Amino acid sequence: MTTDTNELKSIASQVRRDIVRMVHGCQSGHPGGSLGCTDYLVALYFSAMNHDPEFNMDGIGEDLFFLSNGHISPVFYSILAHAGYFDKAELATFRKLGTRLQGHPTTHEHLPGVRIASGSLGQGLSVAIGAAQAKKLNNDSSLVFTLHGDGELQEGQIWEAAMYAPHNKIDNLIAAIDVNGQQIDGSTKNVLSLGDLHAKWTAFGWDVLETQGNNMEFLLSTLAEAKSRTGQGKPIVILLHTEMGYGVDFMMGTHKWHGTAPNDAQLAQALGQLEETLGDY
Amino acid sequence: MKKYTYTDKKDTRSGFGAGLLEAGKRNDQVVALCADLIGSLKMQDFIAAFPERFFQTGIAEANMMGMAAGLTIGGKIPFTGTFANFSTGRVYDQIRQSIAYSNKNVKICASHAGLTLGEDGATHQILEDIGLMKMLPGMTVINPCDYNQTKAATIAIAEHDGPVYLRFGRPVVPIFTDPDQKFEIGKAWMVNKGADVSIFATGHLVWEAIQAGEILAEQGIDAEIINIHTIKPLDAEAILASVRKTGCVVTAEEHNRLGGLGDSVAQVLATKLPTPQEYVAVDDSFGESGTPEQLMTKYGLDAAHIVAAAKRAIKRKTNAAVSAL
Repeated sequence: MTTDTNELKSIASQVRRDIVRMVHGCQSGHPGGSLGCTDYLVALYFSAMNHDPEFNMDGIGEDLFFLSNGHISPVFYSILAHAGYFDKAELATFRKLGTRLQGHPTTHEHLPGVRIASGSLGQGLSVAIGAAQAKKLNNDSSLVFTLHGDGELQEGQIWEAAMYAPHNKIDNLIAAIDVNGQQIDGSTKNVLSLGDLHAKWTAFGWDVLETQGNNMEFLLSTLAEAKSRTGQGKPIVILLHTEMGYGVDFMMGTHKWHGTAPNDAQLAQALGQLEETLGDY
Repeated sequence: MKKYTYTDKKDTRSGFGAGLLEAGKRNDQVVALCADLIGSLKMQDFIAAFPERFFQTGIAEANMMGMAAGLTIGGKIPFTGTFANFSTGRVYDQIRQSIAYSNKNVKICASHAGLTLGEDGATHQILEDIGLMKMLPGMTVINPCDYNQTKAATIAIAEHDGPVYLRFGRPVVPIFTDPDQKFEIGKAWMVNKGADVSIFATGHLVWEAIQAGEILAEQGIDAEIINIHTIKPLDAEAILASVRKTGCVVTAEEHNRLGGLGDSVAQVLATKLPTPQEYVAVDDSFGESGTPEQLMTKYGLDAAHIVAAAKRAIKRKTNAAVSAL
């Protein structure tokens, strides 16, 4: 655990290298959202969360994280490997036959660090609320974190969960939305407008924070603020303003790299922009 | 024909309510969730005893299923409660991904299954739920036949590690099983030993099968009646042992003939011991409004239809034997 932003940025650079190499390696997967959410997951796993890589499903006494937008599995797997949940060499098996690193995260292959399958969107907030309720029943004061895509908010189940949590004072929960404004078919504005997300979550009874999701200093201060607001009767949601594809110039700000793999030349171009800091897998 | 009598009638959902309370007393990890149907699911006693272990989700079944999956992380044993229609079809993907594929220890408890929900009509009368649930890898599917068996099954599934679909109903029906029974998941119950035809029945059709057995006995036909309360995992051994004796089969269930108990039995027989089989089930249609009794008669799910099916099965067996000569 560290609050040294230079160290965290260095980890983020390696994670981004892993992401583009993993997606290139199997010529499938989702680099755009993975790159955009890298900084937040680095901030969570290497600074904000108290967690144990000696993985235990029940996670008693530790903070839990649920990835609801499971298609950004490359960033999740890289983070888990660098955090010590499994050997980073296993990243090379991503999406290949027999792998524990399935296209979307699953508990089915018993990969340490994964507590629920995700991929079919909209389900992770409900799961996190259940886990948060279990923590309350167990008198476990640790926290539950989630991450969702902004396009994912088009799923109705999200709003069922959004209504439940404030009514039941689930105040040990910090959700985050990756507000990159993009989804498969184009911008969220064109596909199905999300409207004023701050106002929406506030109206549902959540304590809403907003930050720049690709700025490590802002992320640390926002997470510290979010943690300080737990235990006060309200669930917390952080609107992360990110850029899809962040860190690789030709992947940034477009939905075109949502689910497309780079070719050899594009891989080389991307890796030229991302410093190898912890050693490639 | 072994004689079955009853002194009392109750709804199987009340058996669930009693079983849930007992399971809650035995294990403080048992928790319950309900989507605005506490009274219908008979969950009041559990809630009164363990208010802090109950979660009212409102009319939001998808969220309820996801929350149940999450509650297992931390060691809880969640029981969800709503109508069978809203327990399965409405939330199939949530069950598939967050519960079945994730192998979470959630007990999906479903009342008002089938036609006997009655007057509310087809929007609420799901006849596809057994099929939906049994197709999910790792899912256990149980459809008990009376109050006592439902209570025992509810207690038993709390002790079973893994996702379970428990299906029961609304109407008041005879209580004819042992109040002190030990419910064994996946173990068929021999209701009556016989030689001429095997009747495999589940849920509300078990009592109808007993009535049919008495009618058949009066006509000189010796029916073997077996209660298949667990549709998955199926007790293939009991099915094959019975069919080796009788040589023909009737399956009886309050479900679409596609995808229910009958199809599970047929698959065992087709691959191990091809046998003439007749279905007593809804013939691939939706239900409608009416009293439970009217509907069960109209859709062919009563003792008279089991009797007729048994005779057809025996005739096919005899014809097959003759043509083999």
